Amino acid sequence: MTTRIDTRFAELKKAGRSAFVTFVMAGDPDPATSLEIIKALPKAGADVIELGMPFTDPMADGPSIQAAGLRALKVGMTLKKTLDLVRGFRKDDNATPIVLMGYYNPIYIYGVDKFLVDAKAAGIDGLIIVDLPPEEDDELCLPAMKAGLNFIRLATPTTDDRRLPAVLANTSGFVYYVAITGITGAAAASVTAVSEPVARIKRHTKLPVCVGFGIRTPENARAIASHADGAVVGTALIDALKNSLDAEGRATAKTVNAVAELTAALAQGVKGAQQAAG
Amino acid sequence: MNIAKPNSYRSGPDERGHFGIFGGRFVAETLMPLILDLEKAYTAAKADPAFQAEMNGYLKNYVGRPSPLYFAERLTEHLGGAKIYLKREELNHTGSHKVNNVLGQIMLARRMGKKRIIAETGAGQHGVATATLCARFGLECIVYMGAVDVERQQPNVIRMEMLGATVMPVQSGTRTLKDAMNEALRDWVTNVHNTFYCIGTVAGPHPYPTLVRDFQSIIGNETKVQMQEIEGRLPDSLVACIGGGSNAMGLFHPFLDDSTVEIFGVEAAGHGLTQLHAASIAGGRPGVLHGNRTYLLMDADGQITDAHSISAGLDYPGIGPEHSWLHEIGRVNYLSATDDEALAAFQLLSKLEGIIPALEPAHAIAKVMELAPKRARDHLMVVNLSGRGDKDVPQVGDILKGKSK
Repeated sequence: MTTRIDTRFAELKKAGRSAFVTFVMAGDPDPATSLEIIKALPKAGADVIELGMPFTDPMADGPSIQAAGLRALKVGMTLKKTLDLVRGFRKDDNATPIVLMGYYNPIYIYGVDKFLVDAKAAGIDGLIIVDLPPEEDDELCLPAMKAGLNFIRLATPTTDDRRLPAVLANTSGFVYYVAITGITGAAAASVTAVSEPVARIKRHTKLPVCVGFGIRTPENARAIASHADGAVVGTALIDALKNSLDAEGRATAKTVNAVAELTAALAQGVKGAQQAAG
Repeated sequence: MNIAKPNSYRSGPDERGHFGIFGGRFVAETLMPLILDLEKAYTAAKADPAFQAEMNGYLKNYVGRPSPLYFAERLTEHLGGAKIYLKREELNHTGSHKVNNVLGQIMLARRMGKKRIIAETGAGQHGVATATLCARFGLECIVYMGAVDVERQQPNVIRMEMLGATVMPVQSGTRTLKDAMNEALRDWVTNVHNTFYCIGTVAGPHPYPTLVRDFQSIIGNETKVQMQEIEGRLPDSLVACIGGGSNAMGLFHPFLDDSTVEIFGVEAAGHGLTQLHAASIAGGRPGVLHGNRTYLLMDADGQITDAHSISAGLDYPGIGPEHSWLHEIGRVNYLSATDDEALAAFQLLSKLEGIIPALEPAHAIAKVMELAPKRARDHLMVVNLSGRGDKDVPQVGDILKGKSK
């Protein structure tokens, strides 16, 4: 089964450039503004959208994404409303892939089977679930594949050659290489620390490899994108969003533009990159 | 639900760390290789007689084990029913049962060549035990503690700092034990190459629930031998308080297959089960958090809700996965005690036996006050006195003064 993710990466490969993957939190700072933001992302140059599912206890996230999730929860965001958001987005855009990213508990409580049906129907293409390693594939990964959704796995600096085949076995769509050992938004990713592991992963899989964690600037994005099939930016966009809010954490007239402008600048960076050989 | 009784209640978990549907390894990929390494190191250590011999030496001469099994004569007379024995874990070095587990994990960390130790703590008892053993073995120690708990358990914060540990107050979320655990996990993901995460309870990803249980089982194993020496038979019932549930699991596990022994776990009912509380089994349902599937307090969307207990050590919205399984299979009865009941028990034990309990085991004593009068005089009831109350004296003093005003 071909998903929007597969189609998008095939198009980019033909065009000879890397993907720009953006991460924002669903419902941050409120559902209506959040919909406007995700609608603006493809127009500003995002090739793939990762949409965070808010969770009270995001164990792999730094302060920026933690705060984004709490802002969304505070205005009543739920997993059901996240699916509504995607449905709203799909009214105007049936091409940009959407990947939900987050933690397992809200999906488990929603009910895995019901969630997969509803997610597919809403127009979601893939899932990244931080706390489901290959050891727990029976929970969601295998049912998701059956339902026609990509299950995108994280590979990390601690995933050695022995373990890599297990991590890649049931992965589809793309592989997300976490450039640092750490939480989102922490240390900056360096090109030298990225090129070798990306090449190593590519020896084991034909899937595109995107790199994330620690990419903040257009220069950074360009450098990383020339060594990978895609660059993921999250925390920098969320910081731009946060800086546009009023003192009570509410959206202002500047909010959507703040995210769109940084997205456009970062997209220019990625598009200026020479795509990695292969 | 109809669940078949297993041949043994003591054979879990399976090789993937499951107790029935509970447990498992729900962690980020960065941590997964480390957790597999830890499992390997633990399996090797268990099979190594030198590891056990070294542990036994420290347990005897540093921790001060075995801890006494003490007949609480005046409490027994006062309640007028079962004969009550206290398992005196509060007499251990560092003042609670936590040291049993920390010693085991620190010995493992040394075998694995890890020099930096991190821990989460609620009441501070696990943090103090970790800081103590890090001092003893010359290891760096960082303890994550919710900012609310830093405030209400000041004596333990001071102790940890005197022992050379760095206490990191956690400002995120509800600023209690759950958030301390999130922050410890974030540290571990970041410093995975040189850091050992010393988890304080029978929760977290496999193999933690198992190895913490095994290190704490010395409580139940000693109790069995001591009761045999004193009374010539098994006890009739066991009672212990439960936050994550390590002191309870340590007492219960060796007795799970002794079918004549009634077992009671006591959760923290806070202001009451219809208000803010920390009783995951009484008020929660199965979900996934902090590396395992277990009973959790949460809302309809699967968001974790705030727990509350007067006792910082029980103020956690989850419980160890093996307890969830023992509940579903019906081997252990899970009860709960409110803040007020625990406070009353705290005062009763102090005045009748001259033993000031920690607020955590005061919850167990509170249920003994209900259970013991309904039992015959030859009924032998063991309650795990898992920690001493020194750390709670300022907090309880303030509460009692407030009440008398």
